[in-house]
Amino acid sequence: MIRDITIGQYYPARSILHRLDPRVKLVSTFLYLISLFIFQSISGYIIVTIFLGVVVSLSKVPLSYIMRGLKPILILLLVTICFNLFLTRTGSVLFSIGFVKITEGGLRSAVYMGIRLIYLIIGSSLMTFTTTPNELTDGIEKLFKPLQKIKVPVHEVAMIMAIALRFIPILLDETDKIMKAQIARGADLESGNLFQKAKAMIPILVPLFISAFRRATDLAMAMESRGYHGGEGRTKMKPLAYKKRDYYAYLIMLFYVVVIFVIGRYYPLRIWIF
Amino acid sequence: MSIRLENIQYVYSQGTAYEKQALRDINLQINDGEFLGIIGHTGSGKSTLIQHLNGLTKATSGNIYFNDESIYQSGYNLKNLRNKVGLVFQYPEHQLFEETVLKDVCFGPKNQGLTEEECEKRAKEALELVGIAEELYIRSPFELSGGQKRRVAIAGVLAMEPDFLVLDEPTAGLDPRGRDEILDQIFYLHQRKELAVILVSHSMEDIAKYAGRIIVMNRGKVLYDDEPGKVFSHYKELEKVGLGAPQITYVMNELKGKGLPVQTDARTVEDAAKEIIKGLKRKS
Repeated sequence: MIRDITIGQYYPARSILHRLDPRVKLVSTFLYLISLFIFQSISGYIIVTIFLGVVVSLSKVPLSYIMRGLKPILILLLVTICFNLFLTRTGSVLFSIGFVKITEGGLRSAVYMGIRLIYLIIGSSLMTFTTTPNELTDGIEKLFKPLQKIKVPVHEVAMIMAIALRFIPILLDETDKIMKAQIARGADLESGNLFQKAKAMIPILVPLFISAFRRATDLAMAMESRGYHGGEGRTKMKPLAYKKRDYYAYLIMLFYVVVIFVIGRYYPLRIWIF
Repeated sequence: MSIRLENIQYVYSQGTAYEKQALRDINLQINDGEFLGIIGHTGSGKSTLIQHLNGLTKATSGNIYFNDESIYQSGYNLKNLRNKVGLVFQYPEHQLFEETVLKDVCFGPKNQGLTEEECEKRAKEALELVGIAEELYIRSPFELSGGQKRRVAIAGVLAMEPDFLVLDEPTAGLDPRGRDEILDQIFYLHQRKELAVILVSHSMEDIAKYAGRIIVMNRGKVLYDDEPGKVFSHYKELEKVGLGAPQITYVMNELKGKGLPVQTDARTVEDAAKEIIKGLKRKS
């Protein structure tokens, strides 16, 4: 039941995107997210769509699987679209009933915002689909290494992230197991009002917390007994190293950002109100 | 009373990269009052199989009948089924949550809608059955030892007074003495209360001693479904799927190979000793 959440999960496949250095993917995702907001015309959307389409097909992650990740943000998406649609009052009125007015500007920003949000989620989940949590934290650690000079505990933060990510599937599994065990003992998790439902969670939350603490102490013990003492002097079994393809990827990314900036800004395409 | 499984298939995470078929075409019947052992290597599908017995996991295809009624028909009272088929998960002590031992054991009966007194009566009975001393009833379950915790957790399911008791590796992580105590107690319950027991394990020794019938699982399929002696006679095939027979089976087969006229289906060391004495007499 809980396994259905796909957002932020790794999808194992053999693709060029999976093989890229995690730093490339982190930086590219960041650039991509910015690129989504630097244009205001259809020509920009066309380029982003083409770019995203190519990247998705390169990733070998099935489109249906990516789309499933959008489900959790559906409500957020609808709220955003509605707000933009009904509350933006610029341009001529297209449609009105009573006090509800839809204006040109409202429709435009609703459509733009909706697409942007969807592309934002697809783009960032594509990064987690193609990068294992370990690679991701490795990448983050290396990218932010310079911050160590100003006393930011980069290694520790990366380690905390790695452990947290590692524990998500374990705790999900554990929750599933505890839920099943309590249902087998007749626990009723579905019916009742909000208060009763919250109360019904106690038999699940208490064992879950206990198990989380138990696992945390076990892990701390295991790390200490294997000589872990923080990041100083620690070496990596597989240190990150850029390969040729990573430099190409950076170049492509740079090219993409320049193109979208120039075309989106200076060569706008206007169709109807968009 | 009986549980009958027909052509059960189960696929994990269907439609994703993690898709895995856990059960393939399972057909079996579990009868009232029997002691059934389910054995299989890690990942053979035994834990998945038993979660089907009380409807916690729904089969991808196939049907399950409890008392000849399909549990998958719409409107079937699954809650009632779960009262009849008690399921004790692996490491059941991980689901304890209440402030006192007694309250925790009361959780099941309370969910069945019994009165406070009735719940307590049942809980006390169950705790006594698993051998938890009365002075522990008001203690926090988290202060108990590992073996005691597990017994409290088993009592939590027993207090619901099921007709079928399903146990998933009830002895995992216990020392040999704790293991024997728990298994002996389960066997005693089976005999005294005529409770049907389905015991899942990967240890042949455990199962050989108690089960009247053994099901061997391999890669999501039922490999053997027979009485213990007959299942162990396939010890060479069992080895191929990573299981093997109880040590005593090997001893008896070795002796037979060396020319001692003995039956090789002995299940415990005591039985084997008797059989060897008989064999020696026959020989002389």
